Amino acid sequence: MTLLIETLIQGISLGSIYALIALGYTMVYGIAKMLNFAHGDVIMVGAYTIYTTISLAHFPGWLGVLTSVVFCSVLGIVIEFLAYKPLRGAPSLNVLITAIGISYLLQNLALLIFGGQQEDVPNTGINVPSLDLGFVVVEGKVIFTIVLTVVLMIALTLFINKTKMGKAMRAVSEDKDAARLMGINVNRTISLTFAIGSALAAFASLCYGMNYTYIKPTTGSMPGIKAFTAAVFGGIGSIPGAMLGGFGIGILEKLSQAYITPIFGEITDVIVFGVLIIMLVVRPTGLLGKKIREKV
Amino acid sequence: MKNMLSKINRKDALTLGVLVAMFLVFFVVLSTGMASNQLKNMIIPMSYYILLAISLNLMVGVLGELSLGHAGFMSVGAYVGCYVAVTLVEKYPSMPLAAYLPIAMVIGGLAAAAFGVIIGIPALRVKGDYLAIVTLAFGEIVRTLVQNMSVFGGALGLDTGDIRPKNTALTLLPFTAAVVILSAILIMNLVRSKHGRSIMAIRDNRIAAEACGINVNFYKVAVFGISAFFAGVAGVLYGHNFTIIKPETFGFNMSIEILVMVVLGGMGSNMLGSVVAAVVLTVLPEILRDFQDYRMLIYSVMLVLIMLFTSAPAFAGIRERLSLGFIKEKLTAKKKAKKKSKEGDGA
Repeated sequence: MTLLIETLIQGISLGSIYALIALGYTMVYGIAKMLNFAHGDVIMVGAYTIYTTISLAHFPGWLGVLTSVVFCSVLGIVIEFLAYKPLRGAPSLNVLITAIGISYLLQNLALLIFGGQQEDVPNTGINVPSLDLGFVVVEGKVIFTIVLTVVLMIALTLFINKTKMGKAMRAVSEDKDAARLMGINVNRTISLTFAIGSALAAFASLCYGMNYTYIKPTTGSMPGIKAFTAAVFGGIGSIPGAMLGGFGIGILEKLSQAYITPIFGEITDVIVFGVLIIMLVVRPTGLLGKKIREKV
Repeated sequence: MKNMLSKINRKDALTLGVLVAMFLVFFVVLSTGMASNQLKNMIIPMSYYILLAISLNLMVGVLGELSLGHAGFMSVGAYVGCYVAVTLVEKYPSMPLAAYLPIAMVIGGLAAAAFGVIIGIPALRVKGDYLAIVTLAFGEIVRTLVQNMSVFGGALGLDTGDIRPKNTALTLLPFTAAVVILSAILIMNLVRSKHGRSIMAIRDNRIAAEACGINVNFYKVAVFGISAFFAGVAGVLYGHNFTIIKPETFGFNMSIEILVMVVLGGMGSNMLGSVVAAVVLTVLPEILRDFQDYRMLIYSVMLVLIMLFTSAPAFAGIRERLSLGFIKEKLTAKKKAKKKSKEGDGA
């Protein structure tokens, strides 16, 4: 029983990270109708920014995290401007290949700059005391991850539903041309979406760093793909879906590690990706996704 | 089969000529001992990369579905085919390469094709970006499963030292040449056939193709199966060229490498580009050793730039002016004008 509860708490913590990343995927997909394959690598960039600012440049912890968030947002905007914007209206196959190219570009740039070895994640100065519930102890970093995610999600939901910019984002994702006719600056709205998605990725990299303690140039790709799985699972384009999917995949992964790995070996990835494939076959729109009718 | 071999398109004939000439040169330099060790080690990889590139082009360029798991199909072929070969050699130590290699290729290819069909079935429900992710997920699933299968040596890899012939490059070359050329003929003729036109119709407009009575489901699954078959055969060749097959070799990186070849060579019905790109991208990194560190970086930049150049609406004007078709059209415009005026007189 203790194992189950511990596993569930770990799953929610990992799921929070996935949810943060999945939000970036789902927002970009909703608004630009493209799969931003490079999103996972933005996490890696965020983690390396934290490493550079705190470990190498000896910034205070909060400033390092802030720098990372700002840097990732700018990076998101730059990527969109250089690689995706010129391809608006091109076949989705070509956009996806470009996104894969960007993903590899980021990974290999990091490899050239920092080398292939692992780097320790610096201490950001964020210390949350552990919580002893009697039958199970919840670690501080887990509490921090979950609380940060919930706060960011509430903020994002409020932003999208209550502010003018959020309204513009919803309008653009609904119908780009109609939104343009209503006087919405579509380009700026798309840039903003990329900035917010990338900033969330930076926060995800902070949580990832706290939980996994080291980073590599390929750090972002696996969580990125898993988070995409989460976004698809919840229904791509749907923000509550991304959160739900993130927690679902995180819990599934931890449960599988706790209960299936001891019997069948390290096949967690098989289960996670198997779920993705089954989900896509049975319900391609995901749990909360809208069905889009194809027009001739 | 005979029908498949007898009709060869003019463009394909050029591709075929290049392949035959290339293998002849290889054969001459290898058998006369003129080849350096570096070249010797490149010949078989070049061949299986050609096979991988044209089979991926069939999927990406002709069917228009992105596969990010081509290395996964290759790995299925490599493991199953080489496992069969190793077992055969163990049981009948005197069995010649000419006997067990074709058996391994057929079985490895069929196993990969079976996986291709299995992956092709979700492809009926999902498309575009989603399908790309399904193929990616498939590649990862295969890699993880193989790592956990003790039959295939797990993470340590499958030992293929016993089936790897001595004087590897020269011994394998005739089989390799035959397989690559035969596969190229089959794939190219498939593309030029009625079926190929149906597949391209699906690529260009699925709904219109369906309305014309083309069985979209059948063709999609078939292309997945066929493409995976040839990737599997390439995998068997790979296994015979090295002393060990390791699961992590067939990761996402390799799928991307093959994709770069297809994109660089030009996605579409002409396979010559894929062949040339496969050769160039296998040879270049070997010749330019310093290039190794920057290889994936340059590949990624190349992917982005090629995509921007070939499909960004903003560059449409430049593209048109640079295209061969445009120049040809200008040259023939006068002739056509004359013809038209004549026809007009006739009517």
